[in-house]
Parts: sequence; C-alpha cells; structure tokens
Amino acid sequence: MWKSLLLALALLPGLTTPAAAQGAGASPAGAAASAGPSADVARHIADVASPDATVQQEAAVALGKTGDRKILPLLQALREGSVYVRALPEGKKETLIVGDKITEGDRTLVPLFRAYGREPIIGPDAKPVLADLSTLEEVSTGRSLRIAIRPLIDAFSGQSDLVSPDPATRRAAATKMGYTGDTDTLKVLQEAHGKEGDRWVRFAMDEAVALIRLRTGGEPERVAAAETLGHLRSANAMEPLDQIAGDPQSPAPLATAARDAIKRIERWGLFTQGIEIAFQGLSLSSILLLMALGLAIVFGLMGVINMAHGELMALGAYATFLMQGWFTAHFPAYFDYYFLVALPFAFLVSATAGLILERGVIRFLYGRPLETLLLTWGVSLIIQQGLRLWFGAANVDVTSPGWLSGGIPVMVGVQLPYNRLFIIGLAAVCVAAMYLLLFRTDAGLRIRAVTQNRGMAACLGVRARWVDAGTFALGAGLAGLAGCAITQIGNVGPELGQNYIVDSFMVVVTGGVGKLLGSILAAIGIGGLNKIIEPGMGAVFGKVLILVLVILFIQRRPSGLFATKGRYAES
Amino acid sequence: MRSPERWGLLAAATVLVVLLPALNALPAGSPLRVSDFTLNLFGKFLAYAILALGIDLIWGYTGVLSLGHGVFFGLGAYAMGMHLMLEIGTRSVYGNVLPDFMVWNRVTELPLFWKPFYSVPFTLVAVLVVPALFAFVFGYLTFRSRIRGVYFSIITQALALSTWLMFNRNAMNLGGTNGLSGFKSIFGFGLNSPATQRTLYVATALCLCGAFLVCRAITRSPAGRVLIAIRDSETRVLFSGYSPAAFKLFVFIVSAALAGVAGALYVPQVGIITPAKIGVLPSIEMIIWVAVGGRGTLLGAVVGAIGVNWLQSILTTTYPDLWLLVLGSLFVAVVLFFPDGVVGTARRLGMRLRRLPRAAGAGGRLIGRPDEGRGPEEAAPQTNVPHVQAPR
Repeated sequence: MWKSLLLALALLPGLTTPAAAQGAGASPAGAAASAGPSADVARHIADVASPDATVQQEAAVALGKTGDRKILPLLQALREGSVYVRALPEGKKETLIVGDKITEGDRTLVPLFRAYGREPIIGPDAKPVLADLSTLEEVSTGRSLRIAIRPLIDAFSGQSDLVSPDPATRRAAATKMGYTGDTDTLKVLQEAHGKEGDRWVRFAMDEAVALIRLRTGGEPERVAAAETLGHLRSANAMEPLDQIAGDPQSPAPLATAARDAIKRIERWGLFTQGIEIAFQGLSLSSILLLMALGLAIVFGLMGVINMAHGELMALGAYATFLMQGWFTAHFPAYFDYYFLVALPFAFLVSATAGLILERGVIRFLYGRPLETLLLTWGVSLIIQQGLRLWFGAANVDVTSPGWLSGGIPVMVGVQLPYNRLFIIGLAAVCVAAMYLLLFRTDAGLRIRAVTQNRGMAACLGVRARWVDAGTFALGAGLAGLAGCAITQIGNVGPELGQNYIVDSFMVVVTGGVGKLLGSILAAIGIGGLNKIIEPGMGAVFGKVLILVLVILFIQRRPSGLFATKGRYAES
Repeated sequence: MRSPERWGLLAAATVLVVLLPALNALPAGSPLRVSDFTLNLFGKFLAYAILALGIDLIWGYTGVLSLGHGVFFGLGAYAMGMHLMLEIGTRSVYGNVLPDFMVWNRVTELPLFWKPFYSVPFTLVAVLVVPALFAFVFGYLTFRSRIRGVYFSIITQALALSTWLMFNRNAMNLGGTNGLSGFKSIFGFGLNSPATQRTLYVATALCLCGAFLVCRAITRSPAGRVLIAIRDSETRVLFSGYSPAAFKLFVFIVSAALAGVAGALYVPQVGIITPAKIGVLPSIEMIIWVAVGGRGTLLGAVVGAIGVNWLQSILTTTYPDLWLLVLGSLFVAVVLFFPDGVVGTARRLGMRLRRLPRAAGAGGRLIGRPDEGRGPEEAAPQTNVPHVQAPR
C-alpha cells in the first residue's frame, strides 16, 4: 500500500525523478500514510468503489462497523457523491475523495484527498495535488446506499460528539442517538454514562437508553422503559408512547404503562409551559419597565408625556445595529463583545437625542401637557421617517453575540435563555440604579423636590430647568437601553417604537406617575398578563382585554397604584 | 360672530354646496368644468371636515384631547360599508349573496350582526347611534372616574390601537386587513355614475353645513360656556356646582356621532374602508387638522381638515417619502409657533390691524389658547418667577 502510494505520487505531473519521490515520502502526506489502514479496511475501501451495489453496500456497512474515526470522511463523501477512483499503473485502482471543483480554462480541476482519513495528497512541490476531473472515474452511489450510510454517519458523529468537551454537544448527541440508535448504541451510551459528569447530559443519556429500549427491547424491557420515560418526564418520548398507547396490538401491560407515562409527561408539560410563560412575561415586563421608568419619571417631574419615547428606544436599537456593523468591519475578532460596547453607546445616543429634544422644543411647552403630547408625536413621526429613509423600511438584522445564545437548563423541559435572563438582569440593575439615584444622591433629592413642588424647589435654589433636562436625558437613555435589549429578542425596524409605546403608557397610567414601585408592579402585571392571555386567546384579545382591565382598574384608583398623597395631590 | 364673517361663511357654503357641483355638471370640455376626480376629492375632504368639527367640539372647546376618534369614524364607516356590501348581493365576484371576503374565509352563513344592515333606515340610524352608544359607554366609564388630561388621551389611544387590532382580524367578519370594498350601488343608485357621486357630494356638503350649525348652536348656548369653562379650569366648574363629567360625556357623544356621519359619507365616495383608516396614526392625524386650522374656532376645524388633506393628496402623489416628515413638522410648527392655527392667527392679526379696543379681551377669552384643564402642579408658574402655589 505504502509503495503504491509513493508510486502514485511519482506519477503525478511534474514529478519525474526517484529522488523527488523520496522527497515526497518525507512530506506530511507520507507521514500520515504511515498510519495506514489495516488490510481489511483497505479491502473494504477498494470495495466501496465497486460497480456492484450489493458489494458496495456491504463494504460500507463493514467500514462503519469498524468504528474507525478515519473512515467517517469517506462515508460522508459517499453521501455527497464526491468519491472517485483513480487508475494507477499496474492496473490497480485507488479510491479517493475529491474536494471543491476549480475551473481553469476548459478543464475542471479538483484537489485529491485520501479515502482513509481525508489527508490531502501532497505533490512533490509540497502543494496539494490537483487532478483533472475527466481523468477520474466517479463512484456511483445509489439511493439505497445513501440510506444505509446515514445511520453509520450518525453513529460516528454521535460517538465523537459524546466525548466532545462541550456539554451541549454531548447532550444533543445523546438525544439524537435516542431517536436513531440500536442495541449497539446502547452499549456506547451506557459506557459514556458512567464517565459523564454533567447531570443534564446524563439525563439525556438515560432518556436515550430508555427510548432505544422502548423501540428494540422485549416486552418486559419495553414496559420498564415506558415507566422510566414517564419518571423522566421526557417530552421526546411523547410520540413513540402515543403510538404504543394508540396501537390496539400493543400488549396490555405495555399500553397501560405507556398511558401512565403520557399522563405524567403531559402534566409536567403543563407545569413547564407555565414556567416558560411566566419567564417570557417577566422578560417582556423588563422591557416595558425600562421604557416606563423613563416615561413615568419624566411625566411626574414635568407633566410631559413623551410620545417620541418609543422612537428614542428605536434609536437605541439602531445604535446597537450600527455598533455591530462597526465591529464586523474593524474588529471581527472581538465581535462577541460588540454588545457590551453597544449598551453604553445606545444609552448615549438616545440620551443625547433626548437632551436635544428637551432643550430644543419641549422646554417651551412646560405646563401644557396636551400640546407637548402632540409635539412629541410630531417628533416621533420625523424620527420614524428619518430612520426609514436612512436604514430602509425593512427590518435590520442584529445578531446575538455568542455568549447570549443558548440557555441554562433548570429542570426537565425548561431552559432559561441567556438573552432573556440578560434583559431581566439589565432591568433589575437599572431599577436599582434609579432607586439609588433618586433616594440616595443629591441629584435625586433635587429631582424629587422639583417633582413635588416646582415653585418651592426653585425658591430654595434648585435649578429646576437643569433638573428637567438631566432627567429627560436620563429617561431617554433608559429607553435607549431598552432598545438595545430588544434587539436580542425582537425585530428592529422603523416601527419598533410604536409597538411598545402604548403598552408602556398603560404601565405609566396603571402604576401612577413618578412612582418606582408602582411602575415595577404595573410593568410586571401588564407584561405578565400579555403573555398569559396570549396562548389562550391570541395577542389581539390580550391587548383589548388589558385595555379593558386598565380602564376598570383606574375606575377604582384614578391616579394609579400608588397615588401621590397630600397637598400636591391632584386638585 | 361679526357680520362680515357671517357673509363670508354664507358665501363659502354657497360655493361648496351649489357652485362646485354646478361646475361639475357642465358638459365635458368646458373650461370652467370641475372634474369628477376633483369633486370626489372634495367630497372626501368635506366628510373629514365634519369629523374635524366633532374633534374641535371635544378638544378645542372642552379641552379633552381624544386620540381615538378614528374608532368612531370607523364605526360609522363600517356601518355604511356593511350596508353597501350587502347591496352588492350576487353582483360580486363569486356571485354569492355573501360578501366576497366571507366566501374566501369559508363563512357559509351571514353573521347575525350583519343581517339588520339590509335595511336602509336601520343603517342610517346605526351610523349615528353605534358610535354614539360606544362613546357613551366608553365616556361614562372614563369621565365618571375623572380620568382627564393626558390620561384620557393615552387611554383613547390604546382604544384606537385595540380597535385597529380587532378590526384587522378575519374572525371579526369585517373583511380583516382588506376591509370592505367593491361597492356597486347605494340605495339603488350606481356608484359609478357621476350623478350619484355629485348627489353624494351635495349631501356631504349639506351635512357639513348642518353639522356646523349644530356645533355653533352648542358652543353659543349656555352649555357651550360651561364647556369652555371646563377647558379652562375643570376644578372650578366642579366647585361651582356643575358636573363636568356630564357635559364632557354629552360633547363626547355628539362628537362621536359627527365622526360616525363623516365615516358614513366617506365610504361611498372613496369606495373602500380598511382598518388602516381607524388606527392610532389616522386618529392623531385628525387632531392635527384641527390644530392647523385653529382649535376653538369652528371655521378653523373645517379649514384645517380641507387644507391639510389637500396638502397630503398633493404631497403623497409627488413626494411620497416626504409626507410623514411634513406631517411631523406640521405638528411641531403648529404647537410651537401657531397654537391658534390659521384661523385663530388670522383673526388675531385682523383684530390687531383694526385696533378694536376690546379686541384683546373678547378675542382672548373666546379664541384664546385652551388651558388644557391642567392640574395645579402642572400649571405651576415658570420657575423664573418665584411663586408659592396659590391655594385652590
């Protein structure tokens, strides 16, 4: 074999002298070939190229059974149809894998790889060998062969994935094996189970083992497997269990066990669904809270309803988009960190826009809340159309950084996605910061003083106008943060702000003006309610129902959850 | 109203009601002829003007900013649209007695709430009563609990949003996103004939005159005085023994009914009504008509509705991208620089020019900027004037 390889190299164009052939022998290709296949494997590799489909298939299965990692590329290449045969002198033939085609003039060239281990074949000039495609003979792969190969490839990749350093890959591999595996896979799984340290991977393995037993075992084994699956609350097992329970030919104890297991799994499913809804509601609430915090504080302070708040949020989202583009262009290696830079950037962009808005127009309209409402609506239209003209009417694409994709599995069937956790955490941090700012700093004291009695605060030397401008910018910045957060869970388009503005106004109305706790409770209530009603009645009825509830609620409490009491309360 | 203005109004009414349709009736090719398209466009503007009158009543006079008038407009429009849909009968694309969209949605039987709309009198009553009834329920709930100022605006905006969402659903059996369209005739007269369109135009113009007179009667009555008082200080009205809630409810209902009439006149002339006409954006656009024209003056509402829509129809055909920018700038400019709108500013200028001794007093009280019924903490003086809050 080794000699024939050398010979093959010697026959390549540009290689004419034996000395050169020896040089090639010292090349990496030669080194790799030194760990060559056993005689059996070599025979099977030759047989795979056989024109007889039966021989071909037997050879492929035999190769698969060897469990040799270096066979995997050949099997994959067989599926893709990139296996060719090259004629060697002495009437011998060599099975090869070819790479991507290169067109050069009217010739089509392909790089060549060894069938065993897919090492590139290196020419004497230490460059990969290119061969004319027309000099090679294609190995035809029929449908039945491809079907036969598929589980072999799965088993290979499954086994290699089972020892992957990434627990998520191990889990996925185990789950996949549960669907496709046979009794051979059982052994592999059980062996891996013993060595496994991660409980979620172990769970996936248990599940896979039970699933395989349920499919392949004898009756007592299947009954036990069904029970195990029920105890594992395996959602993946629903389909096979349903089949067993629905099949009139299944033996009675098995059918009973299956039905019990289904009941158990379904109950658990309801429970996990509830948790998921609560979690989604909480993350929606966080966005609403970030929006409403700024709105409510500004409203409480200045009596200004800022209809452009949603557009300030959209600005934050587009700032994130810009930051992503900037990182892709200049620091592709640090792409994952763009989001950390985008957060303060979005805050700054929106806060600046808010400051310009306040200094530019709103300050002329204090004490005229309805006019401010109209004015800010006009501003929101202008920003919206500006975004549309600048970035296009279509949604732009913001990619989550790697560290925000995926999630933490907390219990069977429940995974908390990192991006939503991050948003909840962000909102919590912002609320805490707002609390500290409002109640633990001088600036906060001034804000509260102006909120309570503007005239008196001004008399005592508080520069009310500066407080207004600063607070407005802060509220706008919070909206920018909300916009940055929303890129991780929703679409970013020019109408982004409009989708959230009405909900956040509902939060302000329900929570009461300028009240932190009220805003928090109202945001959680409205966000949660949205997500609770949605699955049952649809998003539309959810919105309508919430409006009705809010109207009924403020019948009882006209100034929100926590009304301002005392002399400065509403006349 | 001073008499020159009265003559001006009469002249304007004559032009709108008699002259325009008469010019339209001229034989084709005549140089003075008003084209069918222009007349139809004006029919739409006049329908909007009726709506604007209603908004002026509730916002300009009473100081209650409703951002949900698109809903009432839509209710009237859909009521009329449903009747027109049923009148199509088997002349529809599918030749079914059911409207086409129901055939698409595999509805086999006419929903119960559609059936009364076969009747012409019922439809005409529904156009008025359905929006009014809805306004009564909504207004009763909100005004009774003293929701006012921006709270009311926000709640009505949410109302517009949720109504828009509801009407977009096919399950409502109101045509979903595509709305109602494809009308063939109204009360038996073909909608394609210029004569029918001209009649519709005249009907709209007459309705506008009627609405104008009704609104003028309301604003000049003692009740109208109370409305202005509510606008300027609701709390004082309450303490004087009036019930602001009742007055506000009354005006809200009148205004909703006017919006319903406007919708009903709009539909046969434009030929289509979709949820896009009743959402958040159209509802707030209606406010800007009144603001541009001049709130607190009935003439201003009419002028604003016609002017802004005219501008829109010119701009959207020539520079479609610009319209939203212009609209946004209109909001900003009117609020910042012309709070009295075109008519208010013109009147003020006119008074100043004539140097009438009582101009400032009388004009200020009647036309002056609404005080928005603000609470004391919002109404607190600007900070450069040291001022302890006045006891109220």
